[in-house]
Amino acid sequence: MTVAFLQLTLGLYFIGILLSLVYLLRRSDVLARVALAATCIGFAIHTVVLAIQVFSGEAGVTFHKALSFFSWSLILVFLLVVLLQRIYVLGAFLLPIAFLSLISTAVLPSETPVLHPMFQAVWVHVTLSMLGAVGFAVAFVAGVMYLMQERLLKSKQFNVLFFKLPPLDFLDTLNQRSMLLGFPFLTLGILTGAISAQVTLGAYVSWNPEQVWALVTWVFYFVVLMGRVTVGWRAKKAAYLTIVGFAGVLLTFLGVVLKGNGISVS
Amino acid sequence: MNIILVGMSHKTAPIELRELLAVPDSRMGEALNRLMAHEGIREGMLLQTCNRVEVYAVADQVEQGFSAIQEFFVDTHLSVSAEQLMPRLYCHAEDRAITHLFRVASSLDSLVVGEPQILRQVKDSFQEALTHNATGVILNKLIKKAISVAKRVRTETRIAENAVSVSYAAVELAKKVFSDLSARTVMLVGAGEMAKLAAQHLVNHGVHEVLLTTRDPVRAADMAARFNGVSIPFEDFRANMHRADIVLCSTGASHYLIAPEDVERAVRARWNQPIFLIDVSVPRNIDPDVRQVDNAFLFDIDDLESHIEQNREERRLEATHAESIVKDEVEVILKWLQSLKATPTIIALRKRADALKQAELQKALSRLGPLTPEQQEAVEGLASGIVNKLLHGPLVALKSAAQSSNGFVYIEAARRFYDLGRSLPGQESVNDHDVRAGTDVAMDEIASTSTEDPEQERIPRRASGL
Repeated sequence: MTVAFLQLTLGLYFIGILLSLVYLLRRSDVLARVALAATCIGFAIHTVVLAIQVFSGEAGVTFHKALSFFSWSLILVFLLVVLLQRIYVLGAFLLPIAFLSLISTAVLPSETPVLHPMFQAVWVHVTLSMLGAVGFAVAFVAGVMYLMQERLLKSKQFNVLFFKLPPLDFLDTLNQRSMLLGFPFLTLGILTGAISAQVTLGAYVSWNPEQVWALVTWVFYFVVLMGRVTVGWRAKKAAYLTIVGFAGVLLTFLGVVLKGNGISVS
Repeated sequence: MNIILVGMSHKTAPIELRELLAVPDSRMGEALNRLMAHEGIREGMLLQTCNRVEVYAVADQVEQGFSAIQEFFVDTHLSVSAEQLMPRLYCHAEDRAITHLFRVASSLDSLVVGEPQILRQVKDSFQEALTHNATGVILNKLIKKAISVAKRVRTETRIAENAVSVSYAAVELAKKVFSDLSARTVMLVGAGEMAKLAAQHLVNHGVHEVLLTTRDPVRAADMAARFNGVSIPFEDFRANMHRADIVLCSTGASHYLIAPEDVERAVRARWNQPIFLIDVSVPRNIDPDVRQVDNAFLFDIDDLESHIEQNREERRLEATHAESIVKDEVEVILKWLQSLKATPTIIALRKRADALKQAELQKALSRLGPLTPEQQEAVEGLASGIVNKLLHGPLVALKSAAQSSNGFVYIEAARRFYDLGRSLPGQESVNDHDVRAGTDVAMDEIASTSTEDPEQERIPRRASGL
């Protein structure tokens, strides 16, 4: 049942992605609307899937749940931004990330890499970290779009993509806001992670790769945000920095995944 | 009744010839009277713009009408000879003339496809013709239809969507850097016409503040008043550049006024917020190396031109969609014209009367019960007699009207009195004002149709160059 729903969700998101990509090259808004409709339906089914995954009684926080939650939150943010700002073009950039993270739940072996529920509140750590990652993913996408639009403006290529991409200052603001949104979540995620490590392993930090990467990422985003406020690291520089920062987020993810059994192995 | 058109446009004649045929507004009445004086011309309208001079007319005979209008053109200017003019003139009749009018009004035949001025010019010409009683039922209908077709084309296609003027292109590009212009400041360096026009567009889009600088203090005060702006001494404008989000440069200087270092300093002072520079001066006033400065976006006149060229291409694509709209609408108006012919109306009237007679007879006969053949014949004879006598007058009038020049007025009236074929698809809107095709009605309609283009609204009509 869940598998069928998950496949349906993936199918709808995939349609959304394909249409959003074609929309990049076409003038008409119709494609984008259809893509949005497909994504909305997919999101509704995804919500059901997520609820089943979370409340079905399977103990512990699995990667399936975590990645599914990440994907769901990302789509939620996407829908909010699109419905409020009518920036349809965002779909071509954000949807693939959500899709990849959701499809990886289908590829990863089911239930093996479990974060053991030794500490009851480990889900708090995972949820907060995932929300942080959502913020940085949006910042990353805004950065990529910023650089594309900047390049098109500089090279005077007034093509369809140029018309589709939002104004630079909008992208810069989106970049900043999503970073400001993601950073507190990442901070709290790391703190709760450290506390759960203290409870289960007796040490706040055990210096395994994903912890190191998480700290490096946190310091990096801290510096980027500070730079923005104090010395004007905005626009192009901020775009580049958020792209690099998101690589750090991905490496942390990868670190956790590769470790397989997560915090139970130290 | 034939709808005909004779004229010349930018496609067939050079400006030197076109301007000779242009009639000044003050002498329009005289020109229209001269046109209507030609034999066989029933209705007429003179449409003239910078790009075309055309006469639309309703004539008794097509060929006779063509030569009458050609004669009218030759008489318009002393220095124009028939030999010089004839090869430049195009002559169309009926559906081709209607199609041409619809295409012209929809700006499909314009030099810049999709430009909005033409519709206003069509309306003006129509008004002029109405004022001088030159048009009648057919042209009134046709031109109002042309105006509504033009509006349909505007709303259903993207033909007029993107900027095709340099000054407006600057606004369009600025909007790709700044989403909300109302929080932005624009700095105007110099007092060049194009930059002023672009600044006007920006102000129309709600720019927050205008800074001005020019070497001439009188002009500076003048411009400060026009844009409600703040004047800055010319020597200080570089130091103030960081205050501006958009810098518009158009001076007569023969050297670069703004160097990459100036822009770098401004961007630094702006904490890397993008700055948008437009240089419409020739020779250029902003060093092209400014392009290399991060977060600074420099556009010169060529860049704006290429942006416009792209938009023009876009318009050409949209034009094919517009052409099909025009084709549909021509069909509709042709149907209406068809309905004005006498024979079908006479047949329809007879059919209608016959049907009514039969229906009433059936009712009466069933009520009377069984009748002898003689009685039945008498009743039927009574019905036929009344119907035929009643119809005799209208039918004779219609037949004779068909031969006369304004017979369609009778025909249209008959169709309305007897409710004949009013349900032809798309015809309802066409029929509304025919019978009372008075000038006042048509005028009202023109007055109520406002289709100003935001791109053009503040530009004087003559200055747009269209």
